[in-house]
Amino acid sequence: MGKKTLIVLLMVAMAAVLYPLYESYQGSEQLTELGQYYADNGVQDTGAANLVTSVVVTYRGLDTLGEVTILFLAASVISFFLSFKKEDRKESREIRNITEILTTASQVLIPMIYMLGVYIFVNGHLTPGGGFQGGAVIASGTLLMFLSNPDFKLSHKVIHYVESTSGVVFVLIGVLGIFMAGGFLDNRILGLGEVNTLFSAGAIPVIYTFLGLKVGTELSNVLGIFVESQNEQ
Amino acid sequence: MEYVIMTTGFALAIFGLYGLLSQKNLIKIIIGFSIFTTGINIVMVAIGYVRGGIAPILDNEGISQIAAQKSIVDPVPQALVLTSIVIGLGVTALMLAYVMKLYQDKKSLNINDYKNLKW
Amino acid sequence: MDNFILTALASVLGIASIIGAYVAIHNSKLTVAIIATGIVSLVASVLFLLLAAPDVAMTEASIGSALTTAIFFFTLNKIRQ
Repeated sequence: MGKKTLIVLLMVAMAAVLYPLYESYQGSEQLTELGQYYADNGVQDTGAANLVTSVVVTYRGLDTLGEVTILFLAASVISFFLSFKKEDRKESREIRNITEILTTASQVLIPMIYMLGVYIFVNGHLTPGGGFQGGAVIASGTLLMFLSNPDFKLSHKVIHYVESTSGVVFVLIGVLGIFMAGGFLDNRILGLGEVNTLFSAGAIPVIYTFLGLKVGTELSNVLGIFVESQNEQ
Repeated sequence: MEYVIMTTGFALAIFGLYGLLSQKNLIKIIIGFSIFTTGINIVMVAIGYVRGGIAPILDNEGISQIAAQKSIVDPVPQALVLTSIVIGLGVTALMLAYVMKLYQDKKSLNINDYKNLKW
Repeated sequence: MDNFILTALASVLGIASIIGAYVAIHNSKLTVAIIATGIVSLVASVLFLLLAAPDVAMTEASIGSALTTAIFFFTLNKIRQ
C-alpha cells in the first residue's frame, strides 16, 4: 500500500526532525539569560510574587491580548456555525432522568465552584493560577449547571455585556499604561504596594479579574452553544 | 526524572501524529491532534526545567528570596504553554463544530466520503 | 533517594499516558477513545506538577481534561441521534 508507506515515511521524517532536540537535551543546571533576568528583576519590576503571572500579564501582555482575541474569534465562529432557525427546533426531546443526588449536590457545589474561580483569578499574582484558570473553573461550574438542569439557558444579554465590557476595560488599562507609565499594558499605573499582599503588583489583579470574567463568559458561551445545538432537528 | 518526562512527551507527540495521519474517522483525527498538542506542551515545559528547581513563585516562605532566585525554574516556557493550552481548546471546539456541520450534510464520519475538493 | 522516587513516579505516569494514547487511537469505540484522551490530559497535568509548573498543571487539568472531554461528548451525542 502506497499510503501506509507514506505515513511511515512522514513519521520517520518527523522523528528525524525531533531527534536532535532530544539528543542535545542535557537537563540544564541553571537558567537561561532571559529567565535569569526575570528571576532577578521580576519582583522589583512588577511587584508580583508569581513570576509566570508577571510574564503573562506584563512582559508579554501583548501576546495575551492576541490570545484573548483568538479565543473570541473561535467563539464567534462556533456560534455562527452552530446557530439554527427557530423552525428547526425540536418540539420535544427525550430527557434522561436526572438523579436526586446530582440536583441536590449541584445546589451546594455550584456557588462554591464559582467562588473558587473568583478566588483563583483575584489571587493570580500571589498563588498559582490566574485569569485563564479561574475562567475555566467558572466555565466548569456552568457545565455542572447544564448537566443538572436540562432547561437551563444562558442569558445572552448578560454574557454579551460582561464579555464586551471586560474586553474594553482590558484594552483601556493597556492604553492608560502608555500615558501614565512606561508603555502599553504597563502595570505601574497603580502603586506597586508591598509584595505578597492582596493589594499589590499595580494593575495586575485588576487586569486578571477582567481577563478571568472574559474567559469565563466566553467558555461558558461556547458550552452553551454546544448544548443548545442538541435541540436542532 | 526530566529525561523520562521528555521521552514521554516525544512519544505522545509521535503517537498523536500517527493517529492524525492513519485514522479515517473525523473524531479520531481530532483526538490524535489533541494528543499531539499535549505531547508538544510536555516537551516545551521540560525544556525550561532546571534540575532540583522550585516553582517560579517568590513568596518568601521556607527559603529567602535570594536563595529562591537561584533555584527557580524558567517561567517563560510555562507562560507560552499556558497560552497554547487555552488556544488548543478554542481550536478543538472549532474543529468539532465543523464535524457537526459536515455530519449533518452527508451523515458520515469517514473522511473518504468528503471529496468535494478532489478532482 | 528522593530523586529515585520522583523518577519512578514519572516512569509509571509516562507509561500510563502512553497506554492511554494507544487506547485513544486504536479503540474502535468512540466513547472509550474520548475517555482515554481525558485520562492522557489528566496524567499530563500531574507530569507538569512534577516539572514544577503548577500554573500549567491547573490549566491542563481544568481545560484539557474537563472542558475538552465535555465538548467531545456533546458532539458525539449530537451525531448519535
